Amino acid sequence: MTQAQFQETANLEARGTAPADRHWRDYFTFNTDHKVIGIQYLVTTFCFYLIGGVMATIVRTELATPDSDVVAPELYNSLFTVHATVMIFLWIVPAGAGFANFLIPLMIGAKDMAFPRLNALAFWIIPVAGVLLLSSFLVGAPQAGWTSYPPLSLVTAQMGEEIWILSVLLLGTSSILGAVNFAVTIFTMRVPSMSLNEMPLFCWAMIATSALTLVATPVLAAALILLSFDLLAGTAFFNPTGNGDPVVYQHLFWFYSHPAVYIMIMPFFGVISEVLPVHSRKPIFGYLAIAYSSLAISFLGLIVWAHHMFTSGTPGWLRMFFMITTMIIAVPTGIKIFSWLATIWGGKLRLVSAMLFGMGFISTFLLGGITGIMVASVPFDIHVHDTYFIVAHLHYVLFGGSVFGIYAAFYHWFPKMTGRMLNEFWGRVHFVLTYVGFTVTFLPMHALGMQGMPRRVAMYDPKFTTINVICTVGAYMLAVSTIPFIVNVIWSWRYGPKAGDNPWQALSLEWMTTSPPPIENFEGIPVLATGPYDYGMEKIQNTGERLRLKLRENAIASASGQKRGIPIAEAQASTFFGGTATLVEPESEINVDSPADESQDGN
Amino acid sequence: MLVGIGVTLISLWYGQNHGLMPIAASAQASQIDGLFNTMMTLSIGLFILVHGVIVVAVIKYRRREGDNTDGPAWHDNFPLEILWTALPAVIILGIGVYSFEIYNSMGGLDPMGNHDHGTMQSHSKMRGSAIAGTLSDTPQKAPQIQPEKQIALGVGAAPENEEKPADLVVNVMGLQYAWIFSYPESGVSSGELHMPLNGDVQLNLAAQDVLHAFWMPEFRLKQDAIPGRGSELRFIPNKVGEYRIVCAELCGAYHGAMKAVAFVHTPEDFDSWLKEQQIASTQNLEQAVAVNPDKLSDGEFLAPYVREIKINAKTLEQLHPTHH
Amino acid sequence: MQQIPAIDPEKTALNYHHSAEIEAHGEEHPDHRMLGVLVFLGSEGMIFMGMFAAYLIYRAMAPMWPPEGTPARELLLPGINTVILIASSFVIHNADAAIKKNDATGMRNWLLVTIAMGVVFLCGQVYEYTHLEFGLTTNLYASCFYVLTAFHGLHVTFGVVLMAGVVWRSRAEGHYSSEHHFGIEATEIYWHFVDVIWIVLFVLLYII
Ligand code: HEA
Ligand code: HEA
Ligand code: CUA
Ligand SMILES: [Cu+2]
Repeated sequence: MTQAQFQETANLEARGTAPADRHWRDYFTFNTDHKVIGIQYLVTTFCFYLIGGVMATIVRTELATPDSDVVAPELYNSLFTVHATVMIFLWIVPAGAGFANFLIPLMIGAKDMAFPRLNALAFWIIPVAGVLLLSSFLVGAPQAGWTSYPPLSLVTAQMGEEIWILSVLLLGTSSILGAVNFAVTIFTMRVPSMSLNEMPLFCWAMIATSALTLVATPVLAAALILLSFDLLAGTAFFNPTGNGDPVVYQHLFWFYSHPAVYIMIMPFFGVISEVLPVHSRKPIFGYLAIAYSSLAISFLGLIVWAHHMFTSGTPGWLRMFFMITTMIIAVPTGIKIFSWLATIWGGKLRLVSAMLFGMGFISTFLLGGITGIMVASVPFDIHVHDTYFIVAHLHYVLFGGSVFGIYAAFYHWFPKMTGRMLNEFWGRVHFVLTYVGFTVTFLPMHALGMQGMPRRVAMYDPKFTTINVICTVGAYMLAVSTIPFIVNVIWSWRYGPKAGDNPWQALSLEWMTTSPPPIENFEGIPVLATGPYDYGMEKIQNTGERLRLKLRENAIASASGQKRGIPIAEAQASTFFGGTATLVEPESEINVDSPADESQDGN
Repeated sequence: MLVGIGVTLISLWYGQNHGLMPIAASAQASQIDGLFNTMMTLSIGLFILVHGVIVVAVIKYRRREGDNTDGPAWHDNFPLEILWTALPAVIILGIGVYSFEIYNSMGGLDPMGNHDHGTMQSHSKMRGSAIAGTLSDTPQKAPQIQPEKQIALGVGAAPENEEKPADLVVNVMGLQYAWIFSYPESGVSSGELHMPLNGDVQLNLAAQDVLHAFWMPEFRLKQDAIPGRGSELRFIPNKVGEYRIVCAELCGAYHGAMKAVAFVHTPEDFDSWLKEQQIASTQNLEQAVAVNPDKLSDGEFLAPYVREIKINAKTLEQLHPTHH
Repeated sequence: MQQIPAIDPEKTALNYHHSAEIEAHGEEHPDHRMLGVLVFLGSEGMIFMGMFAAYLIYRAMAPMWPPEGTPARELLLPGINTVILIASSFVIHNADAAIKKNDATGMRNWLLVTIAMGVVFLCGQVYEYTHLEFGLTTNLYASCFYVLTAFHGLHVTFGVVLMAGVVWRSRAEGHYSSEHHFGIEATEIYWHFVDVIWIVLFVLLYII
């Protein structure tokens, strides 16, 4: 047996026999299957995205004219407050958890998460908290912005504010429970042959994310508990009239909420590290650098929070300290960006929708990151803090980063989740509409902010009307852009062409079982023969073709009761550092129905 | 090589000619613009570099029809990785040091430094006047945090002026939804900020009820006004004109309407304005002190200031007392 | 061509299948659960860290701490309370040691003692609340005092409930044994956690 031959056999060793056949009703139960939970997360959070998006659309409609004419100013404040809360706590953060739920056990070859029941609990908190939050509109929704700075939050819409606090506390709890689960699962449940440095990078990203969640989220809980006491019991922790200090709240809040932005982006850094190599047909460039830069970002993310307070109660020298720490984050992030660029460079790019969103992510996130560095510079931030420049920055990183990442992940793993392919044409339409709509909405906001338009205003100086109208038009485009996606997903889920196990010819373990995977993912425990990114390496030339044949072979073998084992040490030795990429001559019988280019050198 | 020069030229040109900033009305403002232009230049270069790679890759390396093979198995290149770790680090260091310099020369490191201008006293005097009470009805007494424990906030004197007192001190009080300026030396109080050209102006910021932020876009200056804490902005206006003052921190439903105007006059004009005001403003203050603001709606309360703060009458009508 | 290293029989696929079957039976693995508990407690501790940080800032900012006019704090009762709580940590450790020797009765008795000590602590706390001369909103120190101790008290209460749960379950013969005693170990660790938090709290609120 040659080296090349046993690779896929090995990975396929534990392939499940039959795809899971889930009834739709399973998705409405307290199900403990991580795949069901993952899909529950994703569908639920997407619904909340639409709700948050409708609020954003009303906000933009209001801003099409300088006067406060569409909604009352109080309601306007509630709208952007709840918009942001929904988008952050009910869309981006739990969507990351959704993918993590679905993918982590599959990627590391486990049967489920470490704590399945806890997992289901963490999910079911989310719809409850979401409905609670939205119900605040009945009694007067919170109006103090998603940051809820006291003293304003103590004196406006108090009922709504308390509901907001409870809802965010619940969501925080859910995300902590999720993080406990992810961390324990990744550390203890990998297949025995998978060392930490052989995990798919998505798992690394989730380690970094979970660490941040575990350390930072409780501090938000502390802040909100104290705020609650101020609100309900008349204490004065943050109330200057009782000697309290509103700035302390800001420190506690940002100690969570700055790391939160990395909690929101890092899972999608992980996603991009998965999507790009598969569709570029190249190994990820600089695996270790990408993996460890996530940890660096986690750590640095914990010591930069006061950059949101440069014009607040922060003394000058402290502003300088936080400026420097903040800027340093460009280095680990840059390592990732450049490694991804090196990954696609020279590859054979398959420009499917997932790949388009992946590259779109680099493009838009880059701009958001650059403006991030600009606002980290104190003198400049003093000018643009709390203006539309910040609104532009945060949407570039959150929408251009996280949402693009979510879409990339959706297109990439949809076949695995449902066993069906999405329609490529409409995927591309979706991408183009989103990218253009996004740029039209948010690019001009940079200029608005620098020219002098503050954020969180329902009425503004008429000289900003033109740019605001452009932004509003862009927002409508974004609203429209979701339609092809929704239709595509619903239609393809039912009628899309069957995907097969591994439509992208990918190498990570989740693709080695059926689509959708059976109840316990794998039969027995899968054996690693290739690293997750060994594209183009000697043993796996022309993976696709070979996989198909091996599948057939495997079926015959298992029919005759044989099991084939694989010496992992051997595979490892040649996977990570070896592999001179010389061509392996395919055996003649393999050639039966493969294209003629089989023997072409992979460069 | 040619591409490199091209990118550099474009970055330099756009970095200096973006036209994104409003006019600069103080020396500090021009310095900050210089910093921004530098960052913009670097950013454009980075932007073109990254997008160039993406676009070229999409065109040159897209998968050809029928080619099912993998790409080359490159997966690391140590020198290259060192390069793209070190380069951003160097750039960051550059921007950091540059920002630090500017911040220092603006006076950011010396607000309310070792010298005490009596800031806190004047604040508490303001507080004593009857405008209090917009906040909650918590029956707690409101002793101030002691001045000597106060951390310095805001932008202070430029290093060369550190020891000198400012030419003009103005106490600025933010309240829902107006700015009130009082000139302690002349006893004038107004809804507009008037400053002499090239005078060293110091604003002592305080807030009455909730957080506000005092922003003058043409001066590139902003500082939160925090209830219970003083903060400061010090600068030298160098262009005569009329400038916006905007509240930049969410402070309630009419946060967007909380604006004021700043005038920079020639010194002569400034003096005549001051004289003119002395009588009128004392009247204003009396009026404000005479009534109990707790009993007034915001609209009524702000009515005396309408002329100065330029909230239009309609907005004012919409203010209703139930906003908190 | 690369030299292929010798095959490690431990790492062949057959072996994995073998071990897979063993593991497939246990629904959850003890080591996972213990790690989970530790990670969760670390996270829980951060809530307290946040509150402690806020408290320390207030303290550092105030000209006088506790603020002028705060009635003097009684140290005797909280001192006794502290001793009881610390001692209970040793007591609960005995319960754990007992079950490791398969001594279920001993374990139960030790746990009952711990519960009693926890309840005494809580009663002491309530007594203190009702006899203090300042209320929740008297001043910043008072607010911090009540909120921090109450939040800790909540944790103590939860710990007592946990122990009661263990005792309840141990009625069934052989529910816990020297092999299966995750519940007891977790409860013990939780109790130590509550204890450590209290020590920090005590030092912050009463001593310095
Ligand atoms: C996903 C979310 C996300 C992410 C990833 C980031 C990333 C960054 N953010 Fe952002 N930020 C937000 C979400 C996010 N932010 C939100 C929501 C707010 C507003 C909150 C509110 O007030 O409501 C905010 C606000 C905010 C502020 C406060 C502004 C203000 O209110 O005045 C600051 C200030 O420093 C900042 C900085 C940064 C920096 C330096 C990064 C860095 O991590 C970016 C690093 C990335 C790059 C730099 C690009 C790639 C790097 C290279 C290609 C290498 C070469 C680059 C250089 C040499 C420059 N952000
Ligand atoms: C992940 C986070 C996220 C996402 C995805 C978005 C998405 C959008 N955001 Fe949001 N936003 C925030 C996070 C996010 N935002 C945060 C944190 C703030 C700060 C809040 C604060 O200051 O406290 C903010 C604030 C904010 C503001 C500033 C408000 C202000 O300061 O006054 C604006 C204004 O334009 C805005 C607009 C939008 C728009 C147009 C979208 C669009 O991309 C949305 C597109 C999606 C849809 C439109 C859904 C599709 C809907 C349908 C298909 C149904 C059709 C319905 C209709 C057309 C009514 N956002
Ligand atoms: Cu005052 Cu906004
Ligand atoms: Cu931040």
